[in-house]
Amino acid sequence: MTAAAAPALPVLPALVEPTLQPNLTLVLVTVGLVAAGTALALDRSLVRVLLGMVLIGNGIAVLYLVVSGRAGRAPFVGEDPAAISDPLPQAMVLTAIVISLATIGFLLALSYRLWQISGTDDVPDDAEDARIQRLAVEDQTSETYDPSSASTTTSDEAADDDVRQTT
Amino acid sequence: MTDFPVPDLVPLPVLLPLLGAALTLAFRRSPRLQRGISVAVLVAVVAAAGVLLWQTGVDGPQVLWLGAWQEPLGISLVADRLSALMLVVSGIVTLLVLVFAIGQGQADDDEDSESETPLTIFHPTYLVLSAGVANAFLAGDLFNLFVGFEILLFSSYVLITLGGSAARIHAGTTYVVVSLLSSALFLVGIAAVYAATGTVNLAQLAIRVGDLAPGVALVLQLCLLTAFAIKAAVFPMSAWLPDSYPTAPAPVTAVFAGLLTKVGVYAIIRVQTLLFPDSPLQGLLMWAALLTMVIGILGAVSQSGLKRILSFTLVSHIGYMIFGIALATPEGTAGAIFYVAHHITIQTALFLITGLVERLGGTTSLDRLGGLAAASPVLATLFFVSAMNLSGIPPLSGFLAKIGLLHAGVALGTPLAWLLVVGGIVTSLLTLYALAKVWSQAFWRTLADAPKVEQTVAVMVASVRAGRHEVEAGTDSAEAAVAGAVHPTTRTLPRTMLGATAAMTAVGLLITLVAGPLFAYTQRAATDLMRRDTYVTSVLPEEVRR
Repeated sequence: MTAAAAPALPVLPALVEPTLQPNLTLVLVTVGLVAAGTALALDRSLVRVLLGMVLIGNGIAVLYLVVSGRAGRAPFVGEDPAAISDPLPQAMVLTAIVISLATIGFLLALSYRLWQISGTDDVPDDAEDARIQRLAVEDQTSETYDPSSASTTTSDEAADDDVRQTT
Repeated sequence: MTDFPVPDLVPLPVLLPLLGAALTLAFRRSPRLQRGISVAVLVAVVAAAGVLLWQTGVDGPQVLWLGAWQEPLGISLVADRLSALMLVVSGIVTLLVLVFAIGQGQADDDEDSESETPLTIFHPTYLVLSAGVANAFLAGDLFNLFVGFEILLFSSYVLITLGGSAARIHAGTTYVVVSLLSSALFLVGIAAVYAATGTVNLAQLAIRVGDLAPGVALVLQLCLLTAFAIKAAVFPMSAWLPDSYPTAPAPVTAVFAGLLTKVGVYAIIRVQTLLFPDSPLQGLLMWAALLTMVIGILGAVSQSGLKRILSFTLVSHIGYMIFGIALATPEGTAGAIFYVAHHITIQTALFLITGLVERLGGTTSLDRLGGLAAASPVLATLFFVSAMNLSGIPPLSGFLAKIGLLHAGVALGTPLAWLLVVGGIVTSLLTLYALAKVWSQAFWRTLADAPKVEQTVAVMVASVRAGRHEVEAGTDSAEAAVAGAVHPTTRTLPRTMLGATAAMTAVGLLITLVAGPLFAYTQRAATDLMRRDTYVTSVLPEEVRR
């Protein structure tokens, strides 16, 4: 798809022609941003995860520039449809940017709260997982191994344990 | 299209809750007014959805193009049979859960204990959530579907971290990051769809995707399906759900469990039937359905917390719906739609019952519960009926829904379909086992038989001595919890909460009563979905169909 979908055209151009010629620089920028974002998102620290999410979001925003085809003039009503760039991806990506801004704001608040509560912004171990592991270790090392006590537990209980440990 | 389109009921399920959210935010000082507005808005939404259901039955899909743009370019809202049914069911569920939440808020006020649902934020957020769900059901294009998802996800972020306690922040972190990733994937999918076809309108896509090279179509399908499967909690993308849902307040968990995953299932149904009817991924979907069912229910069997058991059954039963979709026959799709309607009501009812169990027993851990049947026979009856309904005991709707799916699977008759039929039966039996365990432990035995009661009391007394930590953490006050653990009968259940739960269970039973007409309806909806031209011709005007 080379030609843009323009508001003045009732029928979109024949879109089956597979001739979208992507801008290689933009593609590389997308790849770089998403790759870096993924690497950051795998980190333990929530702030890094957040930064990773920002990078992935920006990478996808650039992807929409690739999708909108060749560059053109700013899309306004009444312009020659051939001269302007495709306005639809711009509208979409603006929405996506606004949404990701709000989400990032929320995630920032979340990581601040996490830091307030636990003194670190590291994403904690899965409480359930950690508890099952601890139970397994305790059972293996105890002399009075009792299978009936080896039940798994809820995260409510895990939270109780957290309370006990911190107090 | 005229300046004032006739089907103007279509945007109401989205607009009314948004308006209501603004109003409840403006009147945040007056809880009574807030409650009134929220209830009135959701009643109006249910009414509008009911009329839509009738209209779509009589006149076919109701379409509204917003903003007077030239037709394939603007945003369209489409209510066909599937959307209308989903709107009605979700409207009823949100309304009843709201009544439950109001009851809980009032009861907390009366007891002067820490409120689990801070009303000032709860009402606006809850209404925005229901607007997002409705928007997703009505979306006529992929991007509006994305916006609907984001609206409901964003309010769910707020609701799942209400109060900001340690446990909820931990759960919320996972939930937010997983949701962000699935949204990012969805956005990539939309970009790819637009690059390949030049449109995001679902009706136009239904025409154009068929012209694409099979490889390109497969990439688009994989991208969208993965994004939706994360939201619908299909194995192996389901691990986030049992970790994040149980910590939220009871009404929030109930509405999440009932609705949010089903929006993902709805998106899968819509995209699979409309965009990719001859999908090469049916085998993959069948395997995903089988693994979701079996692994989910094995998780439920191995848990001992009521909320986690129910979260795992939720994941497991998503597998049934994917099973129906993967069959890609009208019967299979009809079965999946029926199952969605049944499962929304029953899973919500069970989570509301869990909220009452927590109130009565002070905990939801099966190791510490007992004697609830003696403490509240009404609650026990509600749980028993709902549990039997979920696990598919005849003649309840869970049985009928499963029979519908199994029948469609047998009708297809491939080896994989037979495997799924067997998997479905095994899952149903294991669900019965997991819920019977809950019944015998929490409701039937006496509290003295519960293995960890003394320990609980000891822990709670210790934490009371250690300070107000637990109160700060946003759970019930420690003293009340101790009282609840020692004498479960000292707490009575607030009437509003019990009434809302009973009504929710009754809606589940009502589905059994109207199962015949409802099945006929879902069959017509499925036929519409499979034939596709009803949707396409009613959305697109003649000249832009190509």
